[in-house]
Amino acid sequence: MKKLINDPKNVVTEAVEGFAAAHADIVRASADPLFLVRTDAPSDKVGIISGGGSGHEPLHGGFVGYGMLDAAVPGAVFTSPTPDPIVAATTAVDGGRGVLHIVKNYTGDVLNFETAADLAAAEGVDVRTVIVNDDVAVQDSLYTAGRRGVAGTVLVEKIAGAAAQRGDSLDDVTAVAEKVNAQVRSMGVALTPCVVPHAGEPSFHLEDDEIEIGIGIHGEPGREKIKLQPADAIVERLLGPIIDDIPFASGDRVLLLVNGMGGTPQVELFIAYRHAARVLADRGIEVTRSLVGNYTTSLEMQGMSLSVLKLDDELTELWDAPVQTAALRWGR
Amino acid sequence: MTLGTEWATDWVRASAAVIAENRVELITLDREIGDGDHGENMDRGFSAVLAKLDGLADDAIPADVLKLVATTLISTVGGASGPLFGTAYLKAAGAVAGRAELDGASVAAILRAARDGIVLRGKAEAGDKTMIDAWNPAVEAADAAHANGASELEILEAAATAAAEGAASTEPLIARKGRASYLGERAIGHRDPGAQSTLLLLRAAADSARNAASE
Repeated sequence: MKKLINDPKNVVTEAVEGFAAAHADIVRASADPLFLVRTDAPSDKVGIISGGGSGHEPLHGGFVGYGMLDAAVPGAVFTSPTPDPIVAATTAVDGGRGVLHIVKNYTGDVLNFETAADLAAAEGVDVRTVIVNDDVAVQDSLYTAGRRGVAGTVLVEKIAGAAAQRGDSLDDVTAVAEKVNAQVRSMGVALTPCVVPHAGEPSFHLEDDEIEIGIGIHGEPGREKIKLQPADAIVERLLGPIIDDIPFASGDRVLLLVNGMGGTPQVELFIAYRHAARVLADRGIEVTRSLVGNYTTSLEMQGMSLSVLKLDDELTELWDAPVQTAALRWGR
Repeated sequence: MTLGTEWATDWVRASAAVIAENRVELITLDREIGDGDHGENMDRGFSAVLAKLDGLADDAIPADVLKLVATTLISTVGGASGPLFGTAYLKAAGAVAGRAELDGASVAAILRAARDGIVLRGKAEAGDKTMIDAWNPAVEAADAAHANGASELEILEAAATAAAEGAASTEPLIARKGRASYLGERAIGHRDPGAQSTLLLLRAAADSARNAASE
């Protein structure tokens, strides 16, 4: 496996240094403990932090900036950060109105953020936590660690970030983040596995003609392996469980996110978007906002996830609000 | 004979060595049903503990060593293992606070407190295919050995042996906690990596006690 790295041990620190240098107008990096923070933090608004294992870029560092996150805490590749940098980032962005932690529902992330929230609270910071769990691929969530947080996290971060930027209270920002999480559903597919730098071998095995349905974002295997199918059939296989879950119904207005896993070219993502929008339209579901690109990746994995968020006027307004981050930028 | 600070520091050194030796095996186990980072994370954690051992005060007691392990693992390991093993050592330290020498009751108390701490944080139950499936039999075996008047070494030997059987017992299970839980029946036939590292750490505890006894 070829990788554009120097040393597996330095992948995250070197990437964070490079990212901060490339986006010095938006973020600065703290080296020890390691986190990325807005250059203008803390400000007199509610702080918003997310974090998790590295390898999902641009999540989360690419979403630090005006109208979105105040800080991002990267862990080792596919490994949650430890509590120390989360606490440091939390205190760095607290301007006195409290801090919201947006956490993807993975056991390690939840445990480390929980520990960090306890420690930050002991230092006098008002901390709330929203656990994102938008992945419908996980069945029997009563008997598992629960549904995972996947690409819907980007939508939670954008909309909660906009609410904080306009001056909402910690209670209100938390409520809108929970609302987004309650109204977004996602499911993914992998065409190839990915290789964690220090492991050096693929995270799972797929034959040349096989795909994995229901993949998470850490290269962990998904729900089932099936033979490769045309893009339209794969789209229907992902969209069916998503639509049936809330369920989405005729007359709904939605945001459709087609998210690349890192190794899938845009041209294929738009082929998927084309059919996904048609399937939704056939059901009377109107796509009023869209996002297509690599936003929550799994290193170089080929594949994609679809996310559908039910919109109302408030969520639409917050989605449209100005944002200026490395990976999302409009209206400003 | 009782076990003191020298045993505790030996245990740390033996743990760091055995985790480093088994780093690849732990990564492989984790790649099969998780995300392949367990060996790397544990090795990073125990290497960090090893580097801090020399900084211990001359009058350090076993609880100080356990606490050093706890805080270092929490701040360096990440993932689920960091808070889980970190909490285990933290509770273990609390169970023997203030004691310079550990008798059989103390050794059994360390194991029980560690197990209870992991359950408190991770909320796993027996049969969920987690490290608890190695810890539970280890704690029971240690308690039984202690009740029968076993020595500290014999208690740790019993715990390590039971942990090995417990780790093996995770192989046919479907996972209900952690990342392997997403696999459903596909997790069957694979050993839980956290249960495997638990057995390695408890084996190291017994080996260190045997070295202490033979000196």
